[in-house]
Order: sequence, then C-alpha cells, then structure tokens
Amino acid sequence: MRANRREFCKLLGGGIVVLIVQPAVLLGQRRDYPADPNAYLRIDENGRVTLFSGKIEMGQGVHTSLAQRAAEELGVSVESITMVMGDTDLCPWDGGTHGSQSTRFFGPAVRAAAAEARTVLMKLASQKLGTDQLTVANGVVTDGKRKVTYGELAKGKEIARLVDGKAVLRSVKEFKVIGKATRRLDGKDKVTGRAMYAGDLRRPGMLHARLLRPPMHGATRKSLDTSKAKAMAGVTVIENGDLVAVLHADPEVANSALQLIKAEWEKPAAAFDTESVGDYFLKNVPGTDKSVGATFESTFRTGYLAHAPIETHTAVAELKDGRLTAWVGTQGPFQIRSQIAQALGLDESKVRVITPFVGGGFGGKSRAQQAIEAAKLAQITGKPVMVTWTRAEEFFYDTFGPAAVVKVAASIDDKGKITQWDYTSWASGGRSSEVLYDVPGAKIQTLMARGSTNLHPFGTGPWRAPGAGTNVFARESQIDIMAAAAKIDPLEFRLRNMSDARGRRVLQTAADAFGWKGGAGPSGQGRGIAVSMDAGTWCAMAAEVAVDRKSGEIKVKRVVAAQDMGIVINPDGAKMQMEGCISMGLGYVLTEELNFKGGEILDQNFVTYTLPRFSMVPRIETILISNDDLAPQGGGEPAIVPMGAVIANAVFDAVGVRMYRLPMIPSRVLAALRS
Amino acid sequence: MQHDIRFRLNGRPVSMDTDDQRLLLWVLRGDLELTGTKYGCGLGICGACTVAVDGQAMRSCQTRLGDVQGKNVVTIEGLERDGKLHPLQQAFIEHGGFQCGFCTSGMIMNAWSLLQQKPHPSRDAIVEEMDGNLCRCGAHQRIIAAIQEASK
Ligand code: FES
Ligand code: FES
Repeated sequence: MRANRREFCKLLGGGIVVLIVQPAVLLGQRRDYPADPNAYLRIDENGRVTLFSGKIEMGQGVHTSLAQRAAEELGVSVESITMVMGDTDLCPWDGGTHGSQSTRFFGPAVRAAAAEARTVLMKLASQKLGTDQLTVANGVVTDGKRKVTYGELAKGKEIARLVDGKAVLRSVKEFKVIGKATRRLDGKDKVTGRAMYAGDLRRPGMLHARLLRPPMHGATRKSLDTSKAKAMAGVTVIENGDLVAVLHADPEVANSALQLIKAEWEKPAAAFDTESVGDYFLKNVPGTDKSVGATFESTFRTGYLAHAPIETHTAVAELKDGRLTAWVGTQGPFQIRSQIAQALGLDESKVRVITPFVGGGFGGKSRAQQAIEAAKLAQITGKPVMVTWTRAEEFFYDTFGPAAVVKVAASIDDKGKITQWDYTSWASGGRSSEVLYDVPGAKIQTLMARGSTNLHPFGTGPWRAPGAGTNVFARESQIDIMAAAAKIDPLEFRLRNMSDARGRRVLQTAADAFGWKGGAGPSGQGRGIAVSMDAGTWCAMAAEVAVDRKSGEIKVKRVVAAQDMGIVINPDGAKMQMEGCISMGLGYVLTEELNFKGGEILDQNFVTYTLPRFSMVPRIETILISNDDLAPQGGGEPAIVPMGAVIANAVFDAVGVRMYRLPMIPSRVLAALRS
Repeated sequence: MQHDIRFRLNGRPVSMDTDDQRLLLWVLRGDLELTGTKYGCGLGICGACTVAVDGQAMRSCQTRLGDVQGKNVVTIEGLERDGKLHPLQQAFIEHGGFQCGFCTSGMIMNAWSLLQQKPHPSRDAIVEEMDGNLCRCGAHQRIIAAIQEASK
C-alpha cells in the first residue's frame, strides 16, 4: 500500500478513513516495520464501520476483541463493525499473528484510530448542529433534540487522517464495551457450518492435488514411476523436480492416483529417536557446567510436540491475468505472499493472499508450505488448485515444538530462602525461564544449536508459548522439590521467596479459590501449585489429581487458575482462552509426544498421538484479577505454561514421586513409583 | 459399483448417478456443496466429519455413499429452521462452545444425534458420547455446558 492518504481514501470509495501508524517497537514486531499504516478504519456513508487488519482469526477471538475496542471508542455497537482480516490487498502489512501480541500491541492502535475517527465525526456533527454539547450512542450523535448519524456525517466526504496520538482515549471507568462479556461475532457462522475456511473455497475448474511425499525427512528419491497414474482417466500428473503431484476434480480420485505412483528412496541413518533425544542434545550442544556446590541438581526433559490443529494445512491458488490469488489457512498472510512471489518468480504486487477463518494454528500455521505447493501447481496447470494436507502429511510437515532438556542446580538456606539458581536449558529457548523469585545472582542460560547446524531431524517452530511450558515445568518443579526438602508448604515457600506483588496476588488468589490447606508435601491430598509470568501476564494454578498406582494413570480432577493480564477487554473471551490452554495443556503434560526415529515420523494420525478428549478434561475454574492500572497483556498462551508443573507437583503430593519428564505417560509414572 | 443413489438430505430427496463406493464426506463437500462437514483425520477418530444417518451419528469419512441408500441424512446445514437456529446451535453460541470452529459442526451433529436417542442425558453420558470428538482448541467444558443447556 503505497498510495498517499487522499488517493487511498478515494481508492476505498470515500467516507472517513483513519490510518494507523505505530512505531515498530510499540507493535512488538521483531523486524523493521514499514512506514506504512498498520491498520485502518473506515466509516462509509451508510454508517458502516469497517476495520481492516492484517491479523487473522484462528480461534483466539481477536476478530471480536479488536471490534470491541473500535466500538468502544467510536460509540457504536460491536455488531455494527465489519472486520476484514488477513487480506494482503485490502489490509496493511502485518508481521503475523502469534505470541499473544494482537491484543497487547495492536489493540491500542485500533483504539487510537477509532478515537480519532470519533473526533472527526464529532467536529462534523458540531458544525452541522451548531453546538458542541453532543453525545453519541450507537452511531447517532445528538444534542438532545436533533440527531445526525455517522453515515450522514460521512456521506460525500473524503477525509483521511493519520493517528497522531493526540486523540483522547476513554478511561477505564467510561468503558461500555471493553470489559464486558461479549458473544463472539463469528458465532452464528461457526455453529451453522457457514464459516469459510480455506478448504471450503470452490473455484471454477478447480483441481484437488495430492503430492508424493518422502518416507522420512532427509530421504532422496532414487526412482520414480508415474505410468499407472498417468493411465487413469482425467488425472493430471505433474513431475517438476521434487514436486510430483496428481490432480483431479475429485479428491478421492487424486488420492487413488497417488497410490499408483511408485518411488524408491534412499534413507539417511537416524541419529536419535524419541527416547534418546535428550542425551543427544546434551552431547551435541555442550554447555558450561556452572553448578558448583549446589544442594539440589535436577534434569528435566520434554518431547517434541505436534500442533495438530483439526484443520490441516490447506490452500487454494488461482492464477488469472498474471495475478495469483491464494486463499490460505495461515498465521502470516504477508510472509506467505512474499514466499509465493519468490517461488513463482512473480513480483509481490502480483500475489494476493486472502485468509479465511483458520481452523486452529497454535504457532503451526506460521509456515504455509501448502500454499506454495498450490501456487506452483496452479502456475503449472493453469487451473485453480487446492492442496489439503492429509492428517499424515500434517504430522510429517508440522513444525514441531522442540524437545528440550533443562538442568537446574540450586540451593536454599535454613530459613527456606533460595540462595543459588543456575539454570541451563537446551534446544527450546529461554521464554519464561526468568527465575521470578528473589535470588541474588541467579544464572540462566539458554543453549541452542550453533550456527547453521540443524539439531532437529525435521522442521521445528513455535508451539503455543514456545519453550515456556518446558521452562516453567522445570522451574516450578524445582521450587517444589526444594519446598518439600525444607518441609515447607509449597505455597508458603513460594510466597517467602517472591516479592513481586502481582505474582504474590495471583498465587494467593488461586490458592484461596482452590481452598488450599497448608502443609509440606507429599501430603497425600494430590494437590499442586505453580506460578508463571508469560507475555506480560501472571498466572497461578492449583490442581488436584488422583494417581492409579496399579496402572500409572493420572486423573486430573480439578484445576483452578488465577490470571492477572492487566485490563481485560473481553472477560468471557479471556476465560475461554484460559480454559482452552488448560484443556490443550493436558495433552503435552499427560499424553502428547512425537514418536520418531531420526527423520522418520512414526505418528501419522490421532491413533498414536493422542490429544486431550472430553473424558480427560477436569473441572476448570478461572479467575481474572482486575488490574486496570496495567495495559492489556497476552491472553492466548499464558495459561498453558504452568500446566506441566502444576500436575507434576500434584502427582508428587499424591504419591511422593517426582516426575522429571513430560508427558507423564503411565509407563513413566509406574517406573517412577517402582524406583 | 451401483449408480442410482437416492436418499434424503436435510429433509429433501437427493438422487445421484455416481459410484456408491465414494465416501459420503467428499460427496457432501464436493458434489452437494455442503462444506460445513469437515475433514480432520479421515480415519474416524476426530469426529469433524460427523453427520446423522437415520438419527445416528456417523463419521462421513468412513461412510460409503451406498450405506446411506434410502436413508435420512442430516448435516449441520440442516439444523436451522426458517432462519431460526436449533437450540443446540444457540446454546453453543451462548456458552462459547467453540474457538476456531473447525470441530464445531461435528460436535453439534454428534450432540444432536445423542439428544435424538437420549433427550436428557446426564453429564457423564454426554462426556462418554462426545469422547470420540476432538477439539484442539480446548472448548470441551463449554461444549458440555452447551449440550446440557440444550437438553434441559
Ligand atoms: S475426518 Fe472423519 S472422523 Fe476425522
Ligand atoms: S474449536 Fe477449534 S478444534 Fe474445537
């Protein structure tokens, strides 16, 4: 979007347009942000308010919460706002939807734009009505007697404004929309099956493609025979270097054709597998041993995690008049646009990415290889092409959350104060590895693979709150280990070592709501506690579990979570995210771990990689701590972070054994019980 | 390979001249343009493709077209009546029984079938009947609440 403001306004068809430019730092983007607007808001002559944003909706509810923020400042109902999201032609550039950033960094910009629009509208209204004693409700401005609507005010105007930050924002006390439970705007479409996802697109003449895949990552093809597939009526076979695909109007026929392709592969040897991954990391990413003279030394391990959204990666691409349009289920439409342009040798201006609703992302749809595949095939065949990954492909090409190892060496004094904290994590990053407790001279190091060495035999990437679940599992387990050794109640031990007021408050709130009874662990009650601070949000949890000593099975009975996330925009949406985090979190804690042997992915479906199901979900209670002095913080991820620790701590409290590895599958619990 | 397929779909008669071995899921999504029914696993273990056949929940990714010959098929598109949402759909909205929404059609159809058999199921019965439907977003607690509400 390079047009100047006035041209741009014309382009949109007039009305009042507010462009938002925020410095990169405020938007939390990792790379330089272009000096273009980041979003805009338009009020047309029918009084319709449209908010254009490069963010996407994948279930986190930002579709509704951004609309709420605009509605608040403008004085209109949430329902009167139309959201246009993730369309690279219509929306301004955006760095991608991830890291609980939309609300934190983008929300204020939207509010500022809406406030600016209101200022413009009120000025127009006061000219029209000859007074500035005006109030506005539901898009109607009145002086008590006469009325004028936003639509009437915007009619025939071509006003474009840039947010200059001077527009006065409403204060928390005046909020009418923000902070109120708001039903989601996408609700009706989602319960009727009308909501459009990439796979629901239909283009005239569209073909479904199935691609030949290697049996493992790193394999090279030795031979290829497509003759049988070619002999099938109506099937198009494409052989283009590594890209081998069959296409047909019916996905089932394309699938049968793929089964007829014969290929032989040379497979590399596996360097490590599900069980040996941790030792491999320790050996191949050497760290310095700083654990001198520590009383406690522990090693924690976690496995690779699949994102496993129920919607597999899907895209449709169509090349028309030299322009490629792709409908993609993605978390980063603008990044995908660049990648498609590059892959096809097109200028970026010749590529448009449209993001329909996304059926779950959790970080796994930041990459969209399927869109490049569809785009290439559309270019080669000249027809619109849909690529829908099968579940097996989803498990193969997922960018898995990395496995990790954490070593902690720590000491306490005779008053139960932590005196030493040496913390080293391997392979999954340092997010949420801060100690949080008052330890003088705490040392924290994060070891990743050096240079260009790829440690992992397959793709890895961010998984809901990347690395944070591992780090908090390690830290909060270690805290519990020390509390038990000191014979101090784990809540009391935490409070004794923490001076942060927000941290103390979430802990106390969660404990009170849970009905925490004091006493050192293991108490036999099966209760655990843990606390975390991620994406600016504090979260404390208390949980109750039962452990079956015969089968090794853990049953989570109850989870109470208290969260301080600053100003809460949509309490219902925030609680929904917390519940989602807790339910999803049960997976990486109890059942989920990728089975692999080198580059070979052994899990191909939900049969062996098991997601949380209804019967696993405990009673969940969520509490939002009101903190209106703090700007809104992250909400989509923080509550998944303490899950590993709170359950492991509860297991310890129940049966007196410490679990050092996630997931805590029954065989590992049994092994721990026996030793 | 039979070619004359007839069944009722959302209350209306359908007749098709096609291979009866094709999977209902792809026929619904392709030929019949009803894309509310979703693909999630293709193995009958996620429930995203659930439809009701003669009032029973069926995984359409495991159902051959021939299996619905002469039967009554209801999909998510068939629940609304004269622009009015079914109480289950309404309850899913009220209780926020979805996030990304991709499992939602299957969840609602599975629950709808359950309520056909058992109009007032206990919480345990709901959990048991819904256990084969996966929701990655973790909307479980609210889905249960929505089904309870709709079965009052
Ligand atoms: S797609 Fe049919 S059960 Fe998963
Ligand atoms: S709402 Fe996303 S999978 Fe259930």
